[in-house]
Amino acid sequence: MRKYFNNFWRYRYLLYELVKKGIKLKYRRSYLGIIWSLLEPIMTTAVLSVVFGVLFAKDDPTWPLYILSGRLLYSYFSQGTKASLRSIRANSGMIKKVYVPKYLYPLSGVLYTYIIFLISLVVLVILGLIVGCPPTLRWFELILPLAVLLVLTYGVGMILATVAVFFRDMEYLWDVVLMIIMYTCAIFYDTSRLLKSGYSWALTINPLYSIIANVRNIIFGDPFDWDRMIYALVFSAASLIIGTIVFQRNQDKFILHI
Amino acid sequence: MEKYALKVDNVGMKFNLSTEKIDSLKDYVLKSIKREVSYDEFWALRNVNFTLQPGERLGILGLNGAGKSTLLKVIAGVFKPTEGKVIRNGKIAPLLELGAGFDKQYTGRENIYLYGAVLGYSKEFIDSKYDEIVKFSGLKKFIDVPLMNYSSGMKSRLGFSIATVVEPDILILDEVLSVGDSKFRRKSEKKIMKMFDSGVTVLFVSHSLAQVQRLCNKAMILDHGRVTAFGGIDEVSAIYERMLEEDA
Repeated sequence: MRKYFNNFWRYRYLLYELVKKGIKLKYRRSYLGIIWSLLEPIMTTAVLSVVFGVLFAKDDPTWPLYILSGRLLYSYFSQGTKASLRSIRANSGMIKKVYVPKYLYPLSGVLYTYIIFLISLVVLVILGLIVGCPPTLRWFELILPLAVLLVLTYGVGMILATVAVFFRDMEYLWDVVLMIIMYTCAIFYDTSRLLKSGYSWALTINPLYSIIANVRNIIFGDPFDWDRMIYALVFSAASLIIGTIVFQRNQDKFILHI
Repeated sequence: MEKYALKVDNVGMKFNLSTEKIDSLKDYVLKSIKREVSYDEFWALRNVNFTLQPGERLGILGLNGAGKSTLLKVIAGVFKPTEGKVIRNGKIAPLLELGAGFDKQYTGRENIYLYGAVLGYSKEFIDSKYDEIVKFSGLKKFIDVPLMNYSSGMKSRLGFSIATVVEPDILILDEVLSVGDSKFRRKSEKKIMKMFDSGVTVLFVSHSLAQVQRLCNKAMILDHGRVTAFGGIDEVSAIYERMLEEDA
């Protein structure tokens, strides 16, 4: 354990460099650069609000905030896990040539997308002010669900990164799974009808939905749902443990498959 | 207690050469059902044992495919050996594949920090050595240009300059002495010679017996992954010459 930590400490600067590289290269050669991380959620939320607002005949002014909060969290989960999934193959040149602790690759993928995600939360604050749900001190409670989201993404990401080394089609398969996760996150619909129907399990087994629901509870001033939060926490911790074991067991074989 | 610089203890490296490449889930499922997943085992290294004292310079001789590069990669930590272990005492500088981890969209300056981090340097260390690296590479004019506009010679000059800025205890060389143009080659040879004088332990792979004789004081021969000779340079190079003659 101590050896493990010493090794991490030695390579902490590499982790920093890899995270920096992810952020820098994502927006290099685009005129607006990092501003895109703000514009993109604004634009997609605008589209989704109009489409599903008309579809469900919504006239609630906080409707866009509801969509944005779900959409931001889902899109981080999606991008973080994808970055992690691709990380081993994307860095195969480095892995084949020098020794670097391998978990740094999925970890850096999850972290650089997380930092971009945190920046994009500015949009949430601004929209909250506009639609009349201004940030309160209670928003500090967001730290808990957002931390759980990071753990969940890293845990799932490590499993995906490992599997993707051996099976290239994992990337396409994961896209399909992500779509299912998206529809069971209640990003752009009200949950009341679904929860009453016989299909409520589709929402409740999705840990990402539990996280999104609690983020919404905080920003809309509703009571915190501890049952859901604990479910998401346990699920994330389990994914982290399984991910770490799967990754550690297989990492020495990566080099033979990339 | 004996204080060795490097100990290679009964190292073996096995590769599974799959008869057919299986990298999609469909193939794997179909073939496992039909029980067609088969591997050919191939030992690139087997029962390799040796110890180097600080300051010893070992030349590794062998024909193509004898396992020389695999051995260096095992020692550098890139491959984890299937059996046995490698114990290293001290800082290790693998000049194996220069510029691993370079990003072509990054400028020279950014790549110095990135590659330095890949080699395990700290930021403070790179900061303090930055000018030295740029000066040695002779790329001051191009340091803010993205790497994709560099020639391959310029890239290896930059890689060499970054990798050799440390004062290592163990130096791993894989014929990198031929980097860049003749002017840079002389400069880099001089730098490596200076490291030699400071008592660094060296592992050197080359096809050229003359180069090994010039640089090393010990040598070993690898043949199909096994050590067939190990000892003083004169003794081993005589065996190697005989081996080459027999083959010819």
